[in-house]
Amino acid sequence: MTAPWSAGEEQQLLPVARSSDVVQVRQMIRTLAQQCRLSLVDQTKFITAASELARNTLVYGGGGTVRAGAVEKGVRRGVAAVFADEGPGIADVELAMTDGWTSGGGLGLGLSGTRRLVDEFDLVTEVGAGTTVTIIKWAR
Amino acid sequence: MTERVPILRIGEVLVVSIQFDLEDQTVLHLQEDLAEQIVARSARGVIIDITALEIVDSFVGRMLATIADVSRMLDARTVVVGMRPAVAITLVELGLSLGGVDTALDLEKGLARLRRPARSADRV
Repeated sequence: MTAPWSAGEEQQLLPVARSSDVVQVRQMIRTLAQQCRLSLVDQTKFITAASELARNTLVYGGGGTVRAGAVEKGVRRGVAAVFADEGPGIADVELAMTDGWTSGGGLGLGLSGTRRLVDEFDLVTEVGAGTTVTIIKWAR
Repeated sequence: MTERVPILRIGEVLVVSIQFDLEDQTVLHLQEDLAEQIVARSARGVIIDITALEIVDSFVGRMLATIADVSRMLDARTVVVGMRPAVAITLVELGLSLGGVDTALDLEKGLARLRRPARSADRV
């Protein structure tokens, strides 16, 4: 997936450099999800997914950024968030997406569990160069 | 400097009501503070009220499971109360069903749960 934004859509950018930034990310995503009229359950799922990915960016990626905003595809509207870091990258993506896998500390359901909470999930990673995860939730 | 969640006591029960979006460090402090307070105040039960929490991610979910396990080892039972329906749905889909965590719908039902003698399943 390339950048999910269409022309004219504005995004917000937040740094993920410290633990308190994860709280800021949740608040930004909550506001956006409400503006995009996601249902309460979908808001909850999307904010939770963003919280997981922001923590990954911080813990595994060594910090990075989150860019988020409204997206449109045809008649559908939704909210997208892109988590980018320049950390070590993920050597075996298939393994990292397996339920129960973790490279340390976590419960081992980070990425696979997070993917179940969103409508679209895209992961681009390169060893030594970093990881970018894009998620989208469409309003129903 | 991170915030600390206050721990209240009602009889032999410690009550924690989480009222704001927790930073990870605050979550870890709460875990340690509760273990300490269970022993210091000879508590038999712990109630964690998450009514105000709009989301529970894997970090907070793991904290709830850890507190339940730790309190059990310290001869106290933990009941999590006030989970929102959307939070329950999200946690299950995330893959975190909190099997070892006792829950009740609200504070009153949670306190009633702790007054009853422990079912064998609660203490295994």
